[in-house]
Amino acid sequence: MSITRKRFLVGAGLVGGGIAVGGVRGLLAADEAGADDGTGHIAFHGTHQAGILTPQQDRLHFAAFDLTTSNVKEVRDLMRAWTEAAAAMTAGALVGSDTWQPTAPPDDTGEALGLLPNRLTITFGFGPSLFRADGEDRFGLARRMPPALKPLPDLPGDEIDRAISHGDLCVQACSDDPQAAFHAVRNLARIARGVAVLRWSQLGFGRTSSTSQNQQTPRNLMGFKDGTNNITAEESDAVHRKHVWADSGDGADWMHDGSYMVTRRIRMLIEVWDRASLADQEQTIGRLKASGAPIGGSGEHDDPDFKAKDDKGMPLIPDAAHVRIASPDNNRGIRMLRRGYSFTDGFDDQLGQLDAGLFFIAYQRNPHKQFVPVQRRLGANDQLNEYIVHRSSGLFAVPPGIPDRPGRFIGDSLLN
Amino acid sequence: MIVTRLVPLAATLTALLLALVAAGCGDEKSETSSAPPVTNIAMTPELTAAVDDYREYVADQADDLVQRTTEFAEAVKNDDIDEAKRLFAYARAPFETIEPVAGSFGDLDPRIDSRENDAVEEQDWTGFHRIEKALWVDGSTDGMDEVADTLVDDVKELQTQAKTVELTPVDMAAGATDLLGEVSKGKITGEEDRYSHTDLYDFQANVDGSKQVFVLLKPILEQNNPQLADEISQEFDDVYAALGDYKRGDGYVSYTELTDADTKKLSQSIDALAEPLSQLAANLQS
Repeated sequence: MSITRKRFLVGAGLVGGGIAVGGVRGLLAADEAGADDGTGHIAFHGTHQAGILTPQQDRLHFAAFDLTTSNVKEVRDLMRAWTEAAAAMTAGALVGSDTWQPTAPPDDTGEALGLLPNRLTITFGFGPSLFRADGEDRFGLARRMPPALKPLPDLPGDEIDRAISHGDLCVQACSDDPQAAFHAVRNLARIARGVAVLRWSQLGFGRTSSTSQNQQTPRNLMGFKDGTNNITAEESDAVHRKHVWADSGDGADWMHDGSYMVTRRIRMLIEVWDRASLADQEQTIGRLKASGAPIGGSGEHDDPDFKAKDDKGMPLIPDAAHVRIASPDNNRGIRMLRRGYSFTDGFDDQLGQLDAGLFFIAYQRNPHKQFVPVQRRLGANDQLNEYIVHRSSGLFAVPPGIPDRPGRFIGDSLLN
Repeated sequence: MIVTRLVPLAATLTALLLALVAAGCGDEKSETSSAPPVTNIAMTPELTAAVDDYREYVADQADDLVQRTTEFAEAVKNDDIDEAKRLFAYARAPFETIEPVAGSFGDLDPRIDSRENDAVEEQDWTGFHRIEKALWVDGSTDGMDEVADTLVDDVKELQTQAKTVELTPVDMAAGATDLLGEVSKGKITGEEDRYSHTDLYDFQANVDGSKQVFVLLKPILEQNNPQLADEISQEFDDVYAALGDYKRGDGYVSYTELTDADTKKLSQSIDALAEPLSQLAANLQS
């Protein structure tokens, strides 16, 4: 009979067999808390939520939820329960009780037992509809809605399916192990039952950005290096504050040290892309496919020379090339922290084609000053639009992180 | 679920501290206990009464099933297709309310309720769904007299067995959750009554059967975990409210009238109920 079992008998008065499963694993997690010493524990607590500046993990499970309650107290309880579960899971501990009783379903679903968290981070966000939906102030929070969370306008080229867009709450679970990320979303959805339901969900199987200078730039499903000029963790706090972190002076005190997340499910018409010649592909992107160098450059990290001309006097990097239109140089210095993933949802039965693309995630201080103007230009002019369709869109306020103190929970600056 | 989960979490932290103490004694290997699962709980007069009441409910349902199935079989044998169609969902309902109990009687459940693809051989396929196909797909009762007679014999056998069924409070509680599993697996997908599309009638019968278990155990649960009792009551109300949108006259709309948004809403309301209900068995002892 184990110690945990004995504790359970005393604590809950259960007569019957309990099976303690979490003790050893819990110990490991406790010893390693606060440090990533190779076992893959990323601290959950801190000034900012983890999963933003964290060097980007390989796998994503993203989920958006709709609240079914109309009681703000239940929203608060949900965020409290989610915070406790997320702190446990990211530390490699079980959700809820680690003593399992035969007569009840285990609190934790179990598929992460014996797995290390593999740098699991769980990041929470609030959608505009938490504050106001169909003109209604659902939870008495409307007056605290940040100006930056105003719903995104219709953007050129959008073909957004509402059923897989938006949501009252969101969870971004990232890990180097897909099962750790899945386990997180599954257990959070279970905890939410009766208060919130899944609205839509997206898996990502490979990162398409680097958020650390120690990471290789990955390739997206078009076969090109993506995110070469991304904001990285190693850049200065001033850079992060300017482009990523919300400030109390921005119009919502409670969002200080938070950020705003834009998600876009970008379907790639990869069958069409695969028929484009190498020259067409490179001129569409503005980079060389093999090396990742900008056209006219020789190394991946060379700055693109947007003024360079070919021998006929035409721009070397075409006017409609993706890199030209998206570049901070041509967007008054606008930058975002991109954290996207390649996805495939298998087969598109309607078209008989692979259903694949890029699940774009970007963090920023104000989407209306960053994502929106850049996407307006891209949607209108980007040569890449021949090969992509934006089918899902999401905007979420990602509240600040919290210290590891009793009573604190993600979103408490808004909900308390 | 939220409140009910907070308590175990606090317990986990205690467990972690105790585990650390154990580790200090060099005893961490013993953390994984191999105690055999024990699902019996000590009976109290209240639990005994609940089980007795439930056995009575099961017997009443079985009586109804025999009476209604006999009516249904008569219509089939009289070649009165319209009347047989009208009685189909009505006759099945008392079976759907006690399905987990019926499922414990050997092969009675498959004889009464198997779908076409469940039967090993076409000629072995008997029960409600065999007749359902004849009525809705073939539009004929040819060859159904024998199937109807066998069905009546089978539900009578169920009626007999129901009188002596052994039940524990844990079985009852598990059955309540199983009934909602039946809804999630068969009714919400339209798979159960694939020819008649009367799935929502079965949906309600499953929920009714589940609710009956809860009602009988509720006084005990209210003693042990009043918050859970309130939560389950509220979720049952929500499920009935969601289902109420599809009522037409004495019955329900055809499953084919449901949109994806409709089935999603119904399915998620069942999930919201089944999650706290699954904690019922573990909360029957103080």
